[in-house]
Formats: sequence, structure tokens, C-alpha cells
Amino acid sequence: MTEKLAHTPGSAPSRGPRSLIFETGAPESRCVMPPALDVPEIDLDAALGGATRSEPPVLPHVTEVEIARHYAHLASMNFGVDSGSYPLGSCTMKYNPRVNEDAARLEGFSGLHPYQPESTTHGALELMVGLADALAEVSGLPGVTLQPAAGAHGELTALMCFRAYHVDCGDARSRVIIPDSAHGTNPATVAMCGYQVTTVPSDADGGVDMDVLRSVLDTDVAALMLTNPNTLGLFDSNILEITEAVHAVGALAYCDGANLNAIMGISRPADMGFDALHINLHKTFSTPHGGGGPGAGPVCVTEALAPYLPGPVPFRREDGSYGFAQPASSIGRVRSFYGNFGILVRAYAYVRALGGEGLREVSEQAVLSANYLKERLREAYDLPYDRTCMHEFVLSGSRQKREYGVRTFDIAKRLLDHGFHPPTVYFPLIVEEALMIEPTETESLEELDRFADAMIAIAEEASRDPELVKGAPYTTPVRRLDEAGAARNPDLRYRPEE
Amino acid sequence: MRHIPVTCDQREAMLRAVGCSNISDLFADIPEEVRFARPLEVPGGLGEMELLSHMRGLADANKPASGLVSFAGAGCYDHYVPSIVDHVLRKPEFFTTYTPYQPEVSQGTLQAIYEYQSMICALTGMDVANASMYDGATALAEAAMMACRVTRQRRVVCAGTVHPEWRRTLSTYAGAGTFDVTFLSPDETGLTPGMGHSAAASALKNGDVAALLMSSPNVFGNVEDVGAIAALAHDAAALLVVGTNPLLLGVLEAPGVQGADIVVGEGQPLGNAMSFGGPAFGFFACRQAHMRHMPGRLIGRTVDVDGNDAFVLTLSTREQHIRREKATSNICSNQALCALAAAVYLCAVGREGLASTARACIAKAHYLRDRLLKTGRFTAPWDAPFAHEFALVYDGDVAEMHAAMLEFGFLAGVPLSRIESAGPAGPTAKLAASLVLFAVTEKRTRMEMDAFAGEVASL
Repeated sequence: MTEKLAHTPGSAPSRGPRSLIFETGAPESRCVMPPALDVPEIDLDAALGGATRSEPPVLPHVTEVEIARHYAHLASMNFGVDSGSYPLGSCTMKYNPRVNEDAARLEGFSGLHPYQPESTTHGALELMVGLADALAEVSGLPGVTLQPAAGAHGELTALMCFRAYHVDCGDARSRVIIPDSAHGTNPATVAMCGYQVTTVPSDADGGVDMDVLRSVLDTDVAALMLTNPNTLGLFDSNILEITEAVHAVGALAYCDGANLNAIMGISRPADMGFDALHINLHKTFSTPHGGGGPGAGPVCVTEALAPYLPGPVPFRREDGSYGFAQPASSIGRVRSFYGNFGILVRAYAYVRALGGEGLREVSEQAVLSANYLKERLREAYDLPYDRTCMHEFVLSGSRQKREYGVRTFDIAKRLLDHGFHPPTVYFPLIVEEALMIEPTETESLEELDRFADAMIAIAEEASRDPELVKGAPYTTPVRRLDEAGAARNPDLRYRPEE
Repeated sequence: MRHIPVTCDQREAMLRAVGCSNISDLFADIPEEVRFARPLEVPGGLGEMELLSHMRGLADANKPASGLVSFAGAGCYDHYVPSIVDHVLRKPEFFTTYTPYQPEVSQGTLQAIYEYQSMICALTGMDVANASMYDGATALAEAAMMACRVTRQRRVVCAGTVHPEWRRTLSTYAGAGTFDVTFLSPDETGLTPGMGHSAAASALKNGDVAALLMSSPNVFGNVEDVGAIAALAHDAAALLVVGTNPLLLGVLEAPGVQGADIVVGEGQPLGNAMSFGGPAFGFFACRQAHMRHMPGRLIGRTVDVDGNDAFVLTLSTREQHIRREKATSNICSNQALCALAAAVYLCAVGREGLASTARACIAKAHYLRDRLLKTGRFTAPWDAPFAHEFALVYDGDVAEMHAAMLEFGFLAGVPLSRIESAGPAGPTAKLAASLVLFAVTEKRTRMEMDAFAGEVASL
């Protein structure tokens, strides 16, 4: 096992487990207490109508230094974009510019209350309108809501608008078509909207199978949900035929914008015939993923659908002032307040830094970098769809599985030892042992080459010493986990009584 | 500011390596008709210094509540955030990571969220808490859908005293067609602060209701009799969903102890900036028996092959990437960084600090209410127990008062008319026009409250 550590990255996670914060400190430990009360004490039980707490909540007792050390230790067990390449397909793990973090923390933004008078929030509204304008220009779709908190939330918002639109037209429908390469959120969203899912297969080129699509389209279909470029990283060349066929039966075309990073300034969803699109600001517009959120999933729609968007929508008045308006046939609202404003601030700053030309360059480089990696890896791994890719591509580990018993799962874990975050694995579902790789434009050529070298080295390891790869990782803070045990006997919280 | 480290020479070399003579060759699969022919009209190209100056200009065009003496609440509160919170959030290993799908290199996020789940369980008195939802309003809507799955019913009943924007969100979700919602009037006259127990009992009497949804404290700040309402719901075989304020749970009885089956709420008061209403997070907790019906991400403790304690995303067979259209929800994220802020906040204030903070807010709110009533300009629309927020009727033009006080540096609460009152069970228009909601946090001092009351009295 002399080759367990093939590569030692400087910033990779390096520390072992840490005890729970509940097991740190002592009952008398304190960090921050409110100032002494400067008004009379009150009879709490009387004030609350007898609803005072019978048992205090079990929360930690710790000093600030213990908090600082605890979270420093936890942070050291994480791998982030700053730690190294993070080529997670369909997640667009690009660099998060630091000035955007500073901007979001300016008190003029972070200290705003949502119900302040409009006269005191003009800067915030101008920012929201400016961002909405930019998203409308990039998508070609003029109606924008910034309310949805995530991509999946945007999908839900758009399908709710579709439903309301069809109902208003006296034409309620019951089915939504989704390709088999779609993200799992698509069918889950369809179900939340009370529609039935009809799945269509991909053709040999990885696009929508037109014959099957035509055969399932009828006047009961509310929409087609499509990711374009799709989850194979391929642009569907039939896109106009597809959206025309959808419109021909009175259905609407929805674009999952997860892969927008490939096409900014190059092709617009509106021009492809889409009626609606959600945009993941935490992917394409560089806002941090935060370990799972918060993100933001604005939705852009055609003029015909704009009246159905959730409100309120910020707008600019003739006199240059700003306010909120309620769209005429609004579905309502999909959350409190106006959206994840702090995320909108970061995305707006990103847009103003890059401008239209910069956004196009982002997409060009993202696509070039993906194609470059694809060329470098085409010998070492199977390439099920051998075409020019967009910003990501999908390899298959089926050769390694067949010949050496090394699965994609093992390859992913071995990449951790080489100092890289693995690609998205086992997705899309239509590719066996899939490895979906999205380098993004923010990786240097040196970093791309290092990643390719590591992937090639692992392919070589798999042939020479499969057990080495199957036992990986060796250098991470913890190693392979008992995930089945976690699901069988769920331990979902600290229990002081035990 | 392009953040593209590849140089021009390298770009040329990469193009050659992929067999292209220029960039447009890479886009050959895009049909000519859908190529975008002109440059994007998006202003930009600012360097970092100009950008920050532009952003400061926009920020300075606002007058943030945090810089005023603010009594605004109604779902978003101006609490003190200890310094340590943002120092933890600024660690790139936390904020630049993705969802912890690779547990071997995500133990930091996983353990932090496991600890967060534990704290939410402790506060709410529930068995299981998920890794967080988008916000309180969507957590309520998800709770309604979960209750329908648990009980195999498709109707929920929601109190009229739940925040109007939560009700509006619930209506929107119901409008998608998978469940129905009935809203209760606050009571027959629309003038009392409670949710109307008799109306609830009558709405539940057919036994076909999945859940009764309520808030305590409710939108007016009043504490409801959760125990009695739980009995009503359970007698009708409905679940009880309680929306609550997590900071007040430092002193307020845990809804789990009072009989709630699902507890949700807006987590912003715990260490999150107001930020114009987002991002913060929704918390979501339920009983063990209903765990597998829960939406959202869950983190569990397990061991690795060496026997070390370790944490991992678990029970994912409920979720969209496995179950697709049969998933419990389409949610595939959480508000991890906001939940982390809450966990760090709860560590920083601790058990005693949370209780002291809640007590201070409540005591100060009672002080301010007394002071405002003594001005003679306000009257109490009802007399009911409340925590750190209360509603008063102003005897003049609310908008004029609000604007005048702003001139003096006060944010004079939230006029009820400012909250979107749309929704089937909003208070009467007459009442809404004269009601003002005041919230008081530990940041407000006696001197500020005296000054505010003095200025209002002299209007």
C-alpha cells in the first residue's frame, strides 16, 4: 500500500473527526450575552399566558474560542472550490469572487427590512431591476421573477404559471413530457403540480427522440421540460423542431437552465422557442453554493406568461423611481418577501463586473475547457457520445468495471486521494457508470491538465492494482462510510440522555 | 474582472488540441437560426474598485432599518448577530462547497448540519429536524403536503392568524392542484387576535382534514393556546402544524411538548441578517413516526470503515434524485449556510443567552406597548398574551405617522396595510388601515423607546 497517497495537495482536507459541539465546554461557559435589562422585569408566565417553557432547550455551553476552534476544525474537513478543482457536472462549481461577498454585506443591503417604506429601498429595487434586465437579455425572455430560492423552486414556479395560463385559456391539461436524461427535480416538480409525467427516450445522438416525442404529444400535454444543452453536455440540434412540435399542440416549452453557462451570448432560450427558463444564480452567476444553499432560481418567461408570475415584481416607473407591482393574473407568491436578496446582490455584482462581452467569454471558455478535457480523457475512458460537447461531457467507467471490477464509485473516491473533488457520478441515468465532468471557465490550463493527469493515473491504477482503487479514499478525514447502516438505524440528532 | 485564468496563448493551444481553428467551431451543433447574432446588451466590465464603488452607491441609496431605531418585525427581525457568526460563514471551506454528496470530504458541512438538526429538535421539542428549507412560508406549505401524505387526505385548514405571506404561499402551492386549503377567519368579527377555536372545530368536524395549520406567536405577536388547539386537531384525526419563532423558544414552551406534529418557522432571527427578507432559512421538524414522509435533506451519524464517527446524507430514498416523480418533494437543496449561521448563533448565545435574549425582547416589547398606550395616540385592539411583537390601533393617519417618525430616525413598526393582505382570511380593511405591528428586539434601549413614544405623542 505504498502508493496510497498519489498526490498531496496543500489545501486538501487533512484532519480527523471532531467531537460534537454539545460535548465541548462546561455549563458555566458563555460567549455572547445580551446587555443588562434596562426596563422592568416582567412576569414572563403571565405575559405569555402560561406558555413558558417547562424544560430549557439542550443547547451548547461554549466560549468563543471553543466555537472558533470547532468550526475551524470542521472547515478543515471540507473541500470547497478554493481547495481545488471541483468538476461537478451540471453544478457549475466556478470560483466565487470575493468582492461579491463584501458587496452583499454592505449594511445598505444586509440591514434592509423587507417592509421598509419603498422610499428607503431605491438602491435595492434598482439592483433587482438591473439584474432582472440582465437575465431577460441573456435569456431573451422579458418577464422575470427573482422570488424562487433555488432551481427546483424556479421549476415549480414556472409550472404553476403554465397551469394558470392553460386554466385561464379554458384548456386545463394533465401531462408533462420529460426526457430520460432529465434531472430528478423535473419529474418531482411535475408531481407537485399535479401533472402526470411522460418520459421520452434520448436518440442515438443523445438528443430528444423526435419520433417518440411526436407520438406522445397531444392536446393533453401541458409542457415539455428540457435541459438544453442537455445533461450529456450536448446541444440538441433539433431544438426548433422540438419546440415547434410542442407549440403545435398548444403546450409550452420549459428550459431547465442548469446548463446556461454554456450558451450566454451564444444562443438564447427564447430564440430556441422556450416559453420559460429558470436560472441558477449559484451556478452560472457565481454566487456561492454554501454547502447546499442558499442559492436563487429566478424564472424568465415570455410576454404571454408574464402576467402569471408570482408577485410582487420590482419595476422602474416612467419617472425613474422604483416600486413593486403585482402581475395581473399572478399565481400568488412562492415564498415570503422578495427572494434571496443577498444572493441577488452577488449575482448583480458578477454581471456588472463581466458585462455582456464578459458573459460570452465565460461561456466560450467553459465550452473550450470541457472539450479540452474530453480530448485528454477520451483514450483512458469510454466516451459514449463522441461529439463536440458544450460546457460539460459524460464519460463512462464501464470499461474499468468490465475489465477490472473497478466502478465509477471507486474512481470518484480515488480522485479524492489525488486532491480533486469528483465529477457528478451515475448521472445522467442513461449512461452506464457515468462520470459527468464540468470544469468551468475558472480553472487554469495547469489545473485542467492536473485533473486529466489524475484521471489517467487512476485508469492506469485500475488496470494495475484494482484493489488500490476499490479501497480509496485513504487520505481523507474519514474513509468510506456505512451509508446503509445510516439509513437502517437513523441517528439524526444528538441525544444527551444516551 | 473575468476570473478566467487561461491566457490567450493557452486558449489557442487548447483550440488546436481539440481540432478547432476558432471558438465558433465549438458551437457548430447550434443551428444558425438560434445563434445569437449581436453582443449582449448588459452593461459591465467594471474593475473591482469601480464595482465596489458602484455597489456602495446602490447600498447608499437605501436607508437600512439596521441604521434606524427600528420596531419593524412581521417575520423579519433586527437582532444582534455575534461577530463570530460571520467569521465562520466567511470560511471558504463552508461557503464555496456544494451539497455534501462526497461525505469523505464534506464532514465539516455534514457535522455542522447534524448539530443544527439537533438544536432545532431541542428548541421545538420534536424528534427529527431536516437540514432546512427555503424559508418559513415554504416550510409551512411543505408541511401541509406532508400531512396529506401521512393522513392520505387532501385538505388542510389554516388559521387566519398565520402571516399573510405564508397564507398566500400556501394558497399558491394548493393552486398547483395536489391539495386544498380552507382558511379560518380570525373569528366572526375579524377583530380578535386568536385563531378562533370554534371555527377550527367546525372546519375539522368531518374528519377529512389532513392538518390544522397555525402560528404561535401569530402574525399579531399573540401567543395562542397550542395545547387546546392540538386537542381539537387530534380529536378530528388531523395533524397539528405549528409555525413559531425559534428565538422565542428560549422561553416559550416547545410546540412538541404542547402536541404539535410538525413544527416549522422562519429561522432568520437566529444569526441571519435581515437582508431585505432573504436569504435565511425555514426550519422543519416532525415526530419520529412521520420521518420517512419528510421533505428535504437529512443528515445522519454513522461510522466509516475504520470505525470513526462520521456523518452522511441519509434516508435519500424519499428524494427526487432517487424517487423522481414519487419523491416527497422536489427540493434538492437546503439553506445550508443560513442554517450554519443559526447553529453558530445558538452556540454563541447558548442556552442561557437565548433565554435572556428572548426575555429581554419580551420585557422591552411590554414596556414599549405601555409607553405607547400612555401617549393616548394608540389603543389596544384586544387584550391577549403576546411575546415580543404586538398590534396597536393608531388614532390618526398611519402613513403620515410612519413618514414623520422616519424623519426622526425611527422605523415605526410595520403598518398592517404594508403586508400584502391578499388572502382569504385577512383582517377587515378598516382594521388593517389603522393597525400597526411593533416588534422589539434586545437591540432597542429604554432611552430609544422613551424617545419614540415622546415623538409620537407630540405629532
